[in-house]
Amino acid sequence: MFKIVDKKQLTPLIYSLWVEAPRIAASAKPGQFLIVRTGENGERIPLTICDYDTEKGTVRIVVQIAGVSSNKICHLDVGDCLTDVAGPLGKPSDFMEIPEEDLKGKRYLFVAGGVGSAPVYPQAKYLHERGAHVDVIIGARNKDLIIMEDEMHNVCTNLYICTDDGSKGEKGVVTLLMERLGNKYDMCVAIGPMIMMKFATLTAKKLELPITVSLNTLMVDGTGMCGACRVSVAGKTKFACVDGPEFNGYDVDFDEALRRQTLYRTQEQQANSEAGLEFRR
Amino acid sequence: MANKIDRVPVREQAPKVRATNFEEVCYGYNAEEAQLEASRCLNCKKPRCVDACPVGINIPAFVHQVLDGDFKGAYDTISQDSSLPAICGRVCPQETQCEGSCILGVKGQPVSIGKLERFVADYNQEHPEKDTSEIQYSEAHHNNFRERIEERRECIRQMRSGFVKREGDAAVKVAVIGSGPAGLACASDLAKLGYSVTVFESLHKTGGVLTYGIPEFRLPKKAVVEKELDKLKALGIKFETDVFVGRTVTIDELMDKEGFKAVFVGTGAGLPLFLGIPGENLNGVFSANEYLTRNNLMQAFSKESDTPIFRAKKVCVVGGGNVAMDAARTALRLGAEVTIVYRRTEKELPARAEEVHHAMEEGINFQLLTNPVEVLGDENGWVRGIRCIRMELGEPDESGRRSPIPIQGSEFEIETDALIVALGTKINRLIADTTPGLETDRKGRLLTTETATSRKGVFAGGDVVTGAATVILAMGEGRKAAAAIHKYLTES
Repeated sequence: MFKIVDKKQLTPLIYSLWVEAPRIAASAKPGQFLIVRTGENGERIPLTICDYDTEKGTVRIVVQIAGVSSNKICHLDVGDCLTDVAGPLGKPSDFMEIPEEDLKGKRYLFVAGGVGSAPVYPQAKYLHERGAHVDVIIGARNKDLIIMEDEMHNVCTNLYICTDDGSKGEKGVVTLLMERLGNKYDMCVAIGPMIMMKFATLTAKKLELPITVSLNTLMVDGTGMCGACRVSVAGKTKFACVDGPEFNGYDVDFDEALRRQTLYRTQEQQANSEAGLEFRR
Repeated sequence: MANKIDRVPVREQAPKVRATNFEEVCYGYNAEEAQLEASRCLNCKKPRCVDACPVGINIPAFVHQVLDGDFKGAYDTISQDSSLPAICGRVCPQETQCEGSCILGVKGQPVSIGKLERFVADYNQEHPEKDTSEIQYSEAHHNNFRERIEERRECIRQMRSGFVKREGDAAVKVAVIGSGPAGLACASDLAKLGYSVTVFESLHKTGGVLTYGIPEFRLPKKAVVEKELDKLKALGIKFETDVFVGRTVTIDELMDKEGFKAVFVGTGAGLPLFLGIPGENLNGVFSANEYLTRNNLMQAFSKESDTPIFRAKKVCVVGGGNVAMDAARTALRLGAEVTIVYRRTEKELPARAEEVHHAMEEGINFQLLTNPVEVLGDENGWVRGIRCIRMELGEPDESGRRSPIPIQGSEFEIETDALIVALGTKINRLIADTTPGLETDRKGRLLTTETATSRKGVFAGGDVVTGAATVILAMGEGRKAAAAIHKYLTES
């Protein structure tokens, strides 16, 4: 069983959990994700890896309550167990293949949307520790969805924050900041809601900035078995779970990916209302 | 004479009733029915059924033990060669194996070997301690067979003494990757030999295709699969779920850091094939793997489950194998009107005869000699239908089956809300990619010689070597690998 050893509420809807999972802690790399299940009737849901501690044998996940399953996870306390944690799944980030000495001085721009800060953190940390120049933009609808600000500060050179309603940082969306910062980077990495990654990619294209996105598609097993996560990348069908989750943003058919995310929306909304959960979409 | 009677029919749920539930379709034989059916066996001198069984079960011996009323003995006989009789009795393609070669089948109906195997397994599951030798025989003609039964028993005793001897060293650890049929058969033999066996499974439940793929109505999970797995646990086999070998831990790490002296790879052929036609990523197109996994592993048919499943009014399934039948009959039970689209004729359907028969009885429509060429979507990107083309059969291809050829200008549309693709699977290359020295062919299948891979101490069997095949073939390969591993460990 996967015992929760630490739990913090980051915002009204977002929680951070450290979980005992020694095998995963020993093998996790930036860019990879987990499948988590809670309870005997629980759904398998993909969650990004926010951090890992090889010595303690623990991994950190950050969960936003967005439906029945994430609500169940966030209602567990320290000492409780997640029924299943499988991973690390997917391929590690591309920069993991670059020799460490070549990372020194490379310029990276990360764009994190909402809980996207969680998967951005280990990537920024890895690059920052190896001497890369790392700038991070965190954007969200409002201040209640901005997380990990202090931790992010420690792993980047410049941190920019914006909210749609101006309740924290600059008022506006991430693409405005991207345009202002311009093309002074070797690489951009955007992780967040699909719609944000779509527009971040359009902006990056305009700036002629290469961009990697991490796709949060529907998944069941996460090991390549079901194909629920398939996306069109450069006109070819790929599985986000085994071929990704990170892809060249220029090649991704975002409109298809956005549409495929809505497959079970009716059932999800019904399940949420039965559980007394309400969300703004 | 004993053999002049017809095959004893097996009791089943009525088609109209079972189309609305997930309970098992077939009830199986009771003791009297089984003994009567067993009496039909001619006890051939050269039993062709044994040769046709991928794991070589001594079929005449167990059948005559059934006739004898010695159900426990029959179970022991089967257990010599099969670790999962309750499962094989239900899912083996008997018509092309044991029953297909039964001499009675030449002029009439073969002995119902699959149903007898299932009866023996279920009976022993329900009566674990009871000595069944005291049971009264329901048929007098048993005497005719007494002598031969004695011979068979002697033969069994010899086989058993050769096999059950615990020659393996309990301090030697063997890792089995994948808890499907190949892995379970391999683990079972190795554990019986005395090795310390750990089975690694990537999903949260063990059983592989037995758990995620084959539906409840054909293979009950709690009553059959879990019970069979419990028996393997009782042999001392350790199971570790949520371990995706290649990502969570590599084969190198298992051997170098965790001290496993040999590894068996039985990871199957897990990646679903899609059509390669326009519209395959529209909302409402699913792989059979996804549809069945949601329903079987995740129990999405139940209100209690948190996992959703797409509920469509009309469903088309493309493919003609067991998986296509399973997906179609699952969709039917979830309330859909279902059509199977297959490019050859009924004769070429690769599914078990019983599954095709059941599907037809339950009211599944068959569009044969038909192949989809495009998935049609509405303005929001949801499936509204498929465009198909009629086919005709041409010359036999390399598989010996007549290859289907499209008839020009015969295109037509079928209205549907969902399309389930059951065209087979391919191999996940993860294990090969993360294990230096492991060679594969172009399709990613692991290359083996007598189950040994190109990497010392690493063996493989089942779909990961053969490409998609059947439960029993995978089990047979798993057993061969266990013997090869034993040889390797004792000689190295």
